[in-house]
This record gives sequence, structure tokens and C-alpha cells, in this order.
Amino acid sequence: MVAPPDPPMSLLLELTHRCPLQCPYCSNPLKLERAADELSTADWLSVLDQAAALGVLQVHFSGGEPMARADLPDLVRHAAKLGLYTNLITSAVLLNERTLGALAESGLDHVQISFQGSDAAGADRIGNYAGGHAKKLAAAALVRASGLALTLNFVVHRHNIARVPDMIAMGEAFGAGRIEIANVQYYGWGLLNRAALLPTRAALDECTDTVLSARARLRGRMLIDYVVPDYYAAEPKGCMGGWARRFINISPAGRALPCHAAETLPGFDWPDVRTHSLADIWYASEPFVRYRGTGWMPEPCRSCDRREQDWGGCRCQAFALTGDASRTDPACHLSPDHAMMAEAAQAASAPAPPFAYRRIGQRGV
Amino acid sequence: MSDSRIPSFRRGVKFRFDAVRDAWIVLAPERLFVPDEHAAEVLKLVDGARTLSGIADDLCARFDAPRDVVLTDVAAMLDDLAERGVVAW
Repeated sequence: MVAPPDPPMSLLLELTHRCPLQCPYCSNPLKLERAADELSTADWLSVLDQAAALGVLQVHFSGGEPMARADLPDLVRHAAKLGLYTNLITSAVLLNERTLGALAESGLDHVQISFQGSDAAGADRIGNYAGGHAKKLAAAALVRASGLALTLNFVVHRHNIARVPDMIAMGEAFGAGRIEIANVQYYGWGLLNRAALLPTRAALDECTDTVLSARARLRGRMLIDYVVPDYYAAEPKGCMGGWARRFINISPAGRALPCHAAETLPGFDWPDVRTHSLADIWYASEPFVRYRGTGWMPEPCRSCDRREQDWGGCRCQAFALTGDASRTDPACHLSPDHAMMAEAAQAASAPAPPFAYRRIGQRGV
Repeated sequence: MSDSRIPSFRRGVKFRFDAVRDAWIVLAPERLFVPDEHAAEVLKLVDGARTLSGIADDLCARFDAPRDVVLTDVAAMLDDLAERGVVAW
């Protein structure tokens, strides 16, 4: 008999897939939702009510660009009233004194601004949005002045990994409480652009040294969260803290998912929040139960001492690389498919191909 | 033994009771901690005004524990939370 799962901790709302930027590693699916298919304000308010009752503690407003939704301050206000910790994950190119003021007044707790690099030319090339970097710098200064907690998120790849020291310096200069040095995760758009983005192992090792020494230097002042690419790992990450163990993601059209990449997996009937309660989705829906815990695991996971630390790694990566979502994540050195990671990493030493930028309708899927 | 340092929650950190889990929770940017009962009693006294000594005095009075042990334990716990970005001195 399997014990019932704990209540979910976090809820990520992808309010929209609309975004002014076109980053080639976007975590949204290749098949982007159109504005006409987005949930209504009333739908989102109901999701927030149900989430709080279910035991969710933190809600992340994300996208696309969540500030493209005019009702964002209303949603934040509702979440804050319910006692939820409210986090805005934004590109910040739509953030100005007025829009930030409305969010702060609504009770927003924390703002995370994504940066595509530390220099305007390189960053704007990644976002394919001229002037974006300058807007982000202005936005970060506004957030800092507002007194809201600020995180700077830097997505790292072969074109900017040598500039990680500058990124850390930017975090310090803004007085950010926290920065993320997050290597691209290779799903969806990132996987499509892997040969253009994956750094070499030598470049990653240098980045790791930089981060570890900065962490020691900045201890107690600025947190540095660091994410490495799975391609150079010996053990898989405990993706999402385990399938449907802590986290719920809601797509713009209202599909509930155990992670933001799960729609890449075939053969699932994802529950719709307009027709299913969040409690039913969490405790009883087939997609949430399918890979929860350890009962589904094949060998070598099933008998592994780490099975309740990494939970078999990432289902989306297992599917993307092997075609079978129920296999051990190839990132694990014990996986029979592990050699694929080293083979893929060879592309990092070849000249980088051009980007396939993230655009709605771009992939025709 | 006394310690006049004053701990406070850092910007963006919230400490509240969660009725669903029947537990106190620390909520922070991309972080979430469920402190044990002892830690929760300490954190309830963190208000940006009380000194470490003041917190230790309060706990000693209520829990009948040796003051120097309490002071050392509380300082270690808050130092650890400072490293994790929860409190600042």
C-alpha cells in the first residue's frame, strides 16, 4: 500500500505564452498557446483558492511574460490575501514604475528578473529583442528601490559562460539577495538548440570554480543558486523533487502538469483545471500518479540507494533522449543509455549553428 | 555571556503558521523551510528589535534550560539561517 502524497508546496502559473523575447532555450513547449486559449481571470482566481486550500505555500507567476496579462495585479492580490508567498518570474521588459507599483501594492513578495547575459549586445542577440538588456537594468534598479526582494536569473550557455564573473558582479552591484547562475536545461526549445548552446566541459568546470569561490566570498550576503547541464553530471538531478511530489504547473490553457516540460511527453491526458478540482488532480489523476514515488521504476533505479534522492531523474529527459519516459534518466552513470550524453556533448566543440528562435507558430506543430 | 547582535528576517522572507500542515513555515525566494519546534520557538522571537541575549533570556524563562547552552544553540541556529539567506544580523 502506498502512503498518500503530502500536499503540494508550490504552484507555477504559466499565465500566458506571449512574450516579447524569443530566447532559443525558452522553457515553454514548442507548441505555444495562443492568447485566445488562455484561462480567464475567474479561472485563475479559482485555481488560487483551491491551491491555498490544498496546502500550496508558494505561487510563481510565470509565462511567457506574465506581465503581458493585464489582470496580473488582481491575481497577485488574491494570492497574497490567501497567505500564499507570491513570486513574479519576469523578463522585466514590461516593468516600469507604474506596473511595478501596482504589483507591490497588491502584496507581491519577490521579483525574479531573467537576464540573457551581462553585456547588452550578447544579451539582446539571445532574446532577439533590441534594447531589452537596457530595459532589464532599469527594471532591476526600480525593484531594488521599491524594497521588494530581488533575484537576478542568468541563463548560461556556450556564448556567455565566460562572463559569469560579470554576472555575479551585477548581482552584487544591484544588492540582489539572490542570483541564479542556471545553465540551460535541454528540453523543448533548449533541446532543439542544444548544439548551439551546450558549453564544453572545460568551460563548465571554469564556471563552477567561479561560482564556488564567489559563494564562499559572499556567504550570508548574496545567495548563488547554481544549475549545471545534465550532460556533464554523473548522477541525475532530483527533477522537481520527484514527479508530483511538491509541485504543480498550470499551462496557459489550464492543463495541470507535474512540471513545465511534461507536455513534451506523449500518451498523457493532462487534467484541465476548468473540469477537474486541483485536489482530484493532485491526489487521484492518472498523470500525477503515474511516476510518483518509486513503484514505477525500472532497474537500475529500483534497487538504487539514491532512488528517493533523485527519484529516477527526469522523465522528460528520459523520453527526449531514449523515446521512453519510464527509463532511467540517461544523465545517470548507471543508465544503460548514459553514453548518449557524452556523444551529444561532442557538439560543444564544433562551431555553433544558428539559433532557432522561440516564436509562436515557428515550428508548425 | 551576552550577545547584542539583533537578528531580523531578510527582505522577502516570511514566517507563518500553515494550518494544512499544522506547522510553522519559513517562506523565502525559491526557498521553503519547515523548522522543528525548537527552531520555530526561536523564530517567533525574531522581530528585528530583540537581541540574541534577549531571545535567549525569553527561552530560558519558559523552558528552564541553562542560559549559556541556549545562547550558544540559538546563535548557531541563526548563523546557519543567515548563511541560507533567511535572517540577517
